[in-house]
Amino acid sequence: MKHIWKFVSAWPWETLLVVLLLLTIVLGNALSPYFLTPFNFSLMVEDFVEKALMALPMTFIIIAGEIDLSVASVLGLASVLVGVTWHAGMPLWLVIGIALVVGVAAGLLNGALVTRLGLPSLVVTLGTLALFRGLAFVILGDQAVSDFPGAFTNFGIGDVPGTLIPWSFVLFVLLALLFMVTLHWSWIGRQIYATGLNKEAARFAGIGVRRLKLLLFILSGLIAALAGIIFTARISSARADNAIGFELDVITVVLLGGVNIFGGRGTLVGVILSLFVIGALRNALGLADVSGDVQNIVVGTLLVLSVLGPNIVQRIQVVLSRRRLAAESSKQA
Amino acid sequence: MATTSEHVRGTTYPPRRSGSRLVGLVSRVRELGLLVVLALILIIVGVQVPQFFTISNLVQILLSVSILAIVAVGETLVVLTRNVDLSVGSIVGFAAFVAADLFKQHPGTNLLLGILLGCALGLALGTINGLLVAAGRVPAIVATLGTLYVYRGLDFLYARGNQVSASDVPESFLSLATTPFLGIPALIWFAAIIALIFAFYLRSTRTGREFYAIGSNPDAARLVGIRSGLLIFAAFALSGLLSGFAGVLWGARFATVDATAASGLELQVIAAVVVGGVNIFGGSGTIFGAMLGAIVLGTIDNSLSFLKVSQFWLQAIDGAAILIAVTIDAFITRWLQRLLIIRRQR
Repeated sequence: MKHIWKFVSAWPWETLLVVLLLLTIVLGNALSPYFLTPFNFSLMVEDFVEKALMALPMTFIIIAGEIDLSVASVLGLASVLVGVTWHAGMPLWLVIGIALVVGVAAGLLNGALVTRLGLPSLVVTLGTLALFRGLAFVILGDQAVSDFPGAFTNFGIGDVPGTLIPWSFVLFVLLALLFMVTLHWSWIGRQIYATGLNKEAARFAGIGVRRLKLLLFILSGLIAALAGIIFTARISSARADNAIGFELDVITVVLLGGVNIFGGRGTLVGVILSLFVIGALRNALGLADVSGDVQNIVVGTLLVLSVLGPNIVQRIQVVLSRRRLAAESSKQA
Repeated sequence: MATTSEHVRGTTYPPRRSGSRLVGLVSRVRELGLLVVLALILIIVGVQVPQFFTISNLVQILLSVSILAIVAVGETLVVLTRNVDLSVGSIVGFAAFVAADLFKQHPGTNLLLGILLGCALGLALGTINGLLVAAGRVPAIVATLGTLYVYRGLDFLYARGNQVSASDVPESFLSLATTPFLGIPALIWFAAIIALIFAFYLRSTRTGREFYAIGSNPDAARLVGIRSGLLIFAAFALSGLLSGFAGVLWGARFATVDATAASGLELQVIAAVVVGGVNIFGGSGTIFGAMLGAIVLGTIDNSLSFLKVSQFWLQAIDGAAILIAVTIDAFITRWLQRLLIIRRQR
């Protein structure tokens, strides 16, 4: 009992997320008898893996005090490029290579505009959200490419032999470990936190803030392109409107995971817990025949609450401590 | 600024060439630049396609930007206070469906009642945004990204997959947009009057100027006693109200409305506002500029179809326009700062 209390007081946000996850599981189980089956878990993971991948660099970017709204559009652009280059008869390795390079270029554009011109990342990535999605439509219009080879689509829907674990989930676990080590046990992670807490102080401490942020945006573009390749393989279709609106889930996951929108605070443990909360919630609502647009009501509300909630708690704490101080000083008088 | 003008007073420079005048000059240069761009587009496309440069097509351009322009007025208010409202597209879509659906279910409804309903819905949704940002201290980007999807989801819930089409609604509702007054469609009048009212409000009233103060220096604004929270709340509420009204007009103009109406409109609106020279950091920009931005984007849109360029270019152009506009603004700001430093050193 004592141990539990210790954990709760040390990790209040993570505890809350565990409670939320349990509630979601109870809800899912009540909504559908298929929710708690291994097969459904496999589906849920597959469905959410692109968003999960993009949430990793997004966590870094938000902790560093910036934001990247363009991830879903980079995903869409990469997906379209995969389709077009494959359709043109290029070999698979080149198809994937081109998509990844364009992802890096997209991140480079975001990062350069933010770090070299000092523009707010919110506006830059809102602009590139429109630009990259627009380019995807320019390239493919309302067409779709779906004649992909089995070797490619198998990666999207295939499981590790003998299990129900999708290959894409294995990739996510490996990347998540890499990101966790980087953020919590390496000097790069310390630099990211320092940058987010106080940009000026970080610069005076010798951190190359601009280079660090540039690299983070490039990383975000690269992972978004990777997510685009996986998405294309999974649904076996390259379309310009693939994954529209995914940025809502990615940003919600990161903020609900306890990452401070102003930077400097948050853990990947929280983000990964929150991934499962949102993933399970979407899955449960989907099983109950709730359409994606209506599911967005729940996810959007969670996004707002994940910032509003702590603000309210903080306000109450301030009021309470003021009252206590006032009571003490009146006692002394 | 105070040190600059004191210093200037001691030199041969007349006081009217102080920094703030310079800022005003730059924003005027920015708007002049836009006018030049607009003229160039009109001339270049007009030379290639004679039908482009006709009165009826110019009216068509204005008609197509009117709804965008009304929403852009509200967005300008929000952006001036150093915030952003991403939920406007969803509010327009929701109000459009609710208004159109009202006339479908009850064809005899008074036109004014439908307009009021749309406006009230917009105001209510804008109020929620305002409360979240001003009272809940949720950053505007997070709050309105959330409500963008919440409002759109509510729209889907309300619509239940239904669609309203032109044959479902009375003629009087459809004529709300197109009835000509002095030869110009009503929609253009609505946009022009709203723009004029808010341009006057921002330019010449005390609270209007306070919007600029909040955006240009939030701390100083609070210290001089400006009620920032209230004004930021008001900006979001007005943005919602104008979006609600624009939604009713959307329903009247396009007649065919479903739950996806006006999706992604927020990107066009923000593009118009920043292209029009409203600084995304808040504190500077005019309604006139934002209107000009909307007209430039609308003219590009219109000329694409004349030049037989695919409509799929539209979104990419909006995105590029946002990026180019903020980049130019960044360079102007830098140049301005250098100029001020040089002046101070003399």
